[in-house]
Amino acid sequence: MLAMNVVVCVKQIPDPAAPQSLEASTNTLNRTGKLIMDDSDAYGVEMALQLVDKAGGGEVTLVSMAANGEVSGLRTALAMGAAKAILVSDDALKGSDALGTAKVLAAAIKRTQFDLILAATESSDGYTGTTPVQLAELLDLPSITFAKSVTIDGSTVKVDRQTEAGYDEVTSPLPAVVTVTAGVVEPRYPSFKGIMAAKSKPVDQVTVADLGLSPSDIGAAGSGQTITKVVDAEARASGEIVVDEGDGAQRIVTFLEGLKLI
Amino acid sequence: MAIDKILVLVELTESGPTATSLELLTAARGLATTVEAASWGPGVAAAAGTIGEYGATTLYDIGDLGGALPGVPVAGALVSVLSTSGASALLIPTSYDGRDIAGRLSAKLNVPVLTNVTGLNNDDGLSTEHPIFGGTQIVHAKFTGTGVGIYVIRAKSFTAEPAGGAAAAVVAAAAPAAGNTGTATIVARHVEERSGPKLDEAAVVVSGGRGLGSANNYAWINDLAKLLNGAAGASRAIVDAGWVPYSHQVGQTGKTVKPTVYLACGISGATQHLVGMKGSKNIIAINKDQEAPIFSVADLGIVGDVNKVVPALIEALKSRG
Ligand SMILES: Cc1cc2nc3c(=O)[nH]c(=O)nc-3n(C[C@H](O)[C@H](O)[C@H](O)COP(=O)(O)OP(=O)(O)OC[C@H]3O[C@@H](n4cnc5c(N)ncnc54)[C@H](O)[C@@H]3O)c2cc1C
Repeated sequence: MLAMNVVVCVKQIPDPAAPQSLEASTNTLNRTGKLIMDDSDAYGVEMALQLVDKAGGGEVTLVSMAANGEVSGLRTALAMGAAKAILVSDDALKGSDALGTAKVLAAAIKRTQFDLILAATESSDGYTGTTPVQLAELLDLPSITFAKSVTIDGSTVKVDRQTEAGYDEVTSPLPAVVTVTAGVVEPRYPSFKGIMAAKSKPVDQVTVADLGLSPSDIGAAGSGQTITKVVDAEARASGEIVVDEGDGAQRIVTFLEGLKLI
Repeated sequence: MAIDKILVLVELTESGPTATSLELLTAARGLATTVEAASWGPGVAAAAGTIGEYGATTLYDIGDLGGALPGVPVAGALVSVLSTSGASALLIPTSYDGRDIAGRLSAKLNVPVLTNVTGLNNDDGLSTEHPIFGGTQIVHAKFTGTGVGIYVIRAKSFTAEPAGGAAAAVVAAAAPAAGNTGTATIVARHVEERSGPKLDEAAVVVSGGRGLGSANNYAWINDLAKLLNGAAGASRAIVDAGWVPYSHQVGQTGKTVKPTVYLACGISGATQHLVGMKGSKNIIAINKDQEAPIFSVADLGIVGDVNKVVPALIEALKSRG
């Protein structure tokens, strides 16, 4: 292929390193603060940049959905080298589940040209891990999940897909949806030049109405599930924590003996 | 009131249904008047005995898929199985193929999927439990859409127990033609070598993390696992770093383990690691940082250097012969 256009689904999430909380009224994850690019998506962005590079032409387009119009996570991916982004932003998107998200992403992706769609196997905050496959079904495309390597051969994508036992070599005609695992490639750090360039790269902001979606398909109303309660899990009884004074190994041996394991 | 009928998607290996599939059949039996199963692959009919023993009366045989990835054809077949069966809920094991099937089916039927389920209750209808924030809190949820509720359930959420039922009646339920979506094909399979018990079945799991310092030191983890007749696990950090294959990974995106003893060496205890091992009966942790979160779940915590404690432990176990 002489040019490869790759769409990467990018999620902007609350910083996982910061304390997380639930919204009191809905018991859904509090996403009101600053959002950053999900680390899991850096692999897809990097993979896409490398595939475009290898093809010798084409570009990487980011597609994202965020109720609050957040763009800082997208700027990170643009700084890595993506050409442009489509951001679906609308109050009506709050509380969308995986299928609702897939409907939104599918409608947004239809506005662009692509040979391949990449996504992470799952997001770090919601980790349902079904959105990319739901997206593939809605776009009538084949999908290959859990890729640990991705190569393009003409109009075919070749993937090593993780399995319980090892991995499978799987092929599919393009266009297709592929989800990549962490470690598939080493994501680059944005360069200073990249960060400066990202500031003027186009981010096309669209609303649910622009995409022609019905409000009943998305948001909390379309999610078809409700949280009935949130309770504290049973805590483990606190154990014995000791500083090793050269006796650490012996303490473990005694503990294992107590369980009759040795 | 008991739920009328639950359908369980059973995954097969060469030696029969996976452990998670049997756990789901057991759970379904406790919740519904009738349990039915669906499965695919060349060995479905041969598994009818086991599947019946765990409580299913009917087994829908989707058949051999050849080299096709299961997501599309199995979801396609399930659309008609569900309408024949009339089940109000479908339980799917959390696995690579399970998640693909659930996603495809959800979009086909336009119903949501409830994922990462670790508990099921009949609370005026089926209600689910999902651990959040590293398993410190449990969300209870319900499917409120119309049609079938799709639930993707994590391994080891239930204990599998046979009920001694007769073999399930096998009903053919071939996959429909998949069209463009079904064009992904498996061209070769690679099986990684493994010795000793399986990670998710072993009574002892010894896991290593970034604190080991280098890939070479993972040999200690293998040695310890062997000495304790256990399996060797890993944090994602060292899987991503390429020290060990992904099949060793314990946690949210890896295996769920519940051994008698889990020994964590140089693992910090990130929430995504904890959800995969918190259910272990006993947890031992070695970490040089007294503040490491792994100590919050440890029954025995050794604040120390793995470079000292682990080799000493290997020697101590070896000297016992
Ligand atoms: C979506 C998502 C999914 C994830 N899924 C998983 C998953 O399934 N499984 C998983 O494990 N992680 C998962 N993670 C990653 C997780 O967040 C952590 O990054 C990872 O578990 C850290 O691995 P670690 O404990 O080996 O490394 P670190 O967090 O780097 O910890 C190393 C530890 O070793 C200790 N140490 C260092 N030197 C020594 C020494 N000489 N002696 C003793 N102790 C020492 C340090 O004090 C530290 O506590 C996931 C993350 C995301 C975002």
